[in-house]
Amino acid sequence: MPHRILQADWLAPEVKRFVIEAPHVVRHVGPGQFVIVRVVPDGERIPLTIAHPDRAAGTVTLIVQAVGATTRRFCAMQAGDTVADVCGPLGKPTEIENVGHAVIVGGGVGTAVIFPQAGALKAHGNIVSAIIGGRSKPYVILEKELSEVCDAVYPCTDDGSHGFHGFVTDRLRKLIDDSHSPGQPVKLVLCAGPVPMMRAVAELTRPMGIHTVASLNPIMVDGTGMCGGCRIQVDGKMNFACVDGPEFDAHAVDFRELSDRLTAYRPAEHAARERVSAEPCRISGCVETAASKP
Amino acid sequence: MPDPTPLSVVKLKPAERMKIPRQPMPARDAHIRAHEFGEVNLGLPELLAVEEAKRCLECKDRRCVNGCPVQIDIPSFVAALAAGDFPGAARVLFRDNALPGISGRVCPQEKQCESLCIRGKKGEPVAIGYLERFVADWAREHSANYAAAPAERRAEKIAIVGAGPAGLTAAGELARKGYDVTIFEALHEPGGVLVYGIPEFRLPKAIVRQEVDSLKDMGVKIECNVVIGRTYTIADLLNDEGFTAVFIANGAGLPMFLNIPGENFKGVYSANEFLTRVNLMKAYNPDSETPVLRPRQAVVVGGGNVAMDSVRTARRLGADPATLVYRRSRDEMPARLEEVHHAEEEGIVFQLLTNPLEILGDDKGWVRAMKCQRMELGEPDASGRRSPVPIAGSEFEIPCDVVVEAIGTRANPLLTQTTPDLKLDRRGNIIVDESGMTSKPGVFAGGDIVRGAATVILAMGDGKKTAAAMDAWLRARSGATA
Repeated sequence: MPHRILQADWLAPEVKRFVIEAPHVVRHVGPGQFVIVRVVPDGERIPLTIAHPDRAAGTVTLIVQAVGATTRRFCAMQAGDTVADVCGPLGKPTEIENVGHAVIVGGGVGTAVIFPQAGALKAHGNIVSAIIGGRSKPYVILEKELSEVCDAVYPCTDDGSHGFHGFVTDRLRKLIDDSHSPGQPVKLVLCAGPVPMMRAVAELTRPMGIHTVASLNPIMVDGTGMCGGCRIQVDGKMNFACVDGPEFDAHAVDFRELSDRLTAYRPAEHAARERVSAEPCRISGCVETAASKP
Repeated sequence: MPDPTPLSVVKLKPAERMKIPRQPMPARDAHIRAHEFGEVNLGLPELLAVEEAKRCLECKDRRCVNGCPVQIDIPSFVAALAAGDFPGAARVLFRDNALPGISGRVCPQEKQCESLCIRGKKGEPVAIGYLERFVADWAREHSANYAAAPAERRAEKIAIVGAGPAGLTAAGELARKGYDVTIFEALHEPGGVLVYGIPEFRLPKAIVRQEVDSLKDMGVKIECNVVIGRTYTIADLLNDEGFTAVFIANGAGLPMFLNIPGENFKGVYSANEFLTRVNLMKAYNPDSETPVLRPRQAVVVGGGNVAMDSVRTARRLGADPATLVYRRSRDEMPARLEEVHHAEEEGIVFQLLTNPLEILGDDKGWVRAMKCQRMELGEPDASGRRSPVPIAGSEFEIPCDVVVEAIGTRANPLLTQTTPDLKLDRRGNIIVDESGMTSKPGVFAGGDIVRGAATVILAMGDGKKTAAAMDAWLRARSGATA
């Protein structure tokens, strides 16, 4: 059944936000869950986190970065267009409780994952700090939206063009150090973003014994436990990110393996991207591929 | 179109019937088909199908019917066929089975109806499977719908979870009884294992689509991309969506892995993932947006039909050799004999009595070989099969860049996790009574989610049987409330 795109706007170069009609998906949705989208009939199935479910309107907000063939095609779409399928919600919702002070860390489009967690953590009475990163100012997303929900938002850029100059982990270290003095020690870190970022967050918090949860983004086909392509070692045991996750104890995840398995289709993806690039480009507002993330 | 003139104006004597040899199934040339995905079995031509049907002795005790999980009236449709009455044969067949083009292709007839055929006592049994397929294809090619219209309209709405063989069969049965039936399917296309698992060369997807369409013509609604247990719960269906009864047929979806070192190297697939990429997501077509690693040398582990489908798929994608590794001997292989023969003809290498020990990778994380060990058959185990025991010092490596594990599947916990009042066994399968009802009144279950991974036709049998039980339950219920 086709799903209408009600709103579409660029959040950052090559990063677009869509509000899509999907009343069936929002009935039982929770933070951290995702949908599988097929943009066109016969297209690929891609997992995308639900950045914001709106039960009253019957819509989901999805934030898409144009990296591969399918996401480039998706980002060429406008309000009024339709996508072929939206299936979900999938995965387990984030376990939210009152811990005191929780920090959510988002890198790039990973910020779309932590955004709904912010509201849920707040609703449970937590102090919520958000650390969000990007290469430079235009790549830091959802800062305004997060600042409406969180107690504090710390944007970070690699080049210092906005907020903190440095990696999100550097800012996280500073926040943890500072937070000891006013009596609000960090009890929980939730992170989502590129694998090296999540691994660095896990390594930072491990010696401090701060419970840290990472939302993983492995390759998957069906999203319902059927293919096993998203299998991931957690504490030495095989887990399926789609049904056992996508969130896991970051201190137990084998990030090296996750990172390696994500490269399985890189040559094929490259070829597919070339094919889509050869199609007439309708991605208005997109920055050329030189600026795209690896 | 007027019915053809019956040929059996001349009634054959049993001795004459016994003289007719079994007609072989014409097949696409093995050297050509090993490199493409076209259907292997081409189907009997009309004349040979009628000739084959004449071999049936029309015996009184109809043992073939007892061997059929969906209880097709085999002697009647074969007799109609022998008489050249194709529409008559189709009417009988479709009355008992909504999906004959599918079961005619994938059923292990040699272990069911044909194994009980009296004609087979002396010589070979009647090729019932070939004939079922012939009649289904004839009906499809003549655009005729032989499904009987419902005799009455029933008020109750029934929800079916999963559009695989069990769910589709139950839907056909219940629609014919006049119920308002909706199937909820998690994937974007109905068919379950018929579309994601069984390859095009064994079951063309056009056949599945056509048989699914004929269910829709009967009024069955199918909602794809709905994951019961996540999108809606069973409680939603019963309490809010107005369904009076539910049939859970969501299958045994979760792949099992060998649990040996190296399984997470790039190039290692579950059979589910490998086949889904190629079949449902059409990766056999190089223009498909879903990629699959095209093997140069592939190793497939397992001895069942899924292993055969995987290794023959790997061969078609270019693997040379495509090797099957199975730890027991050929006699213990659960795969259909026809699939094993077809695989051999296509050049599949069989490494029998061979056990995988470890998958070896290169320094970039890609599979480079599988380390195996030779086995010999020891004493019979609890199942009566001689269990394989390792031969010391027999380790060897098979070079490969793709490994596919086809060693079975287990129950998918998605639905049962969110339906706490369903009783499960220790493997996570749903427990049902003889009628197919679960511990939750009005909620029935069948197929692999009850039996554990089995066959298409057993799931279809469950669908048919449970549909009858649901009808009885609903009638008793409406009688009680009337």
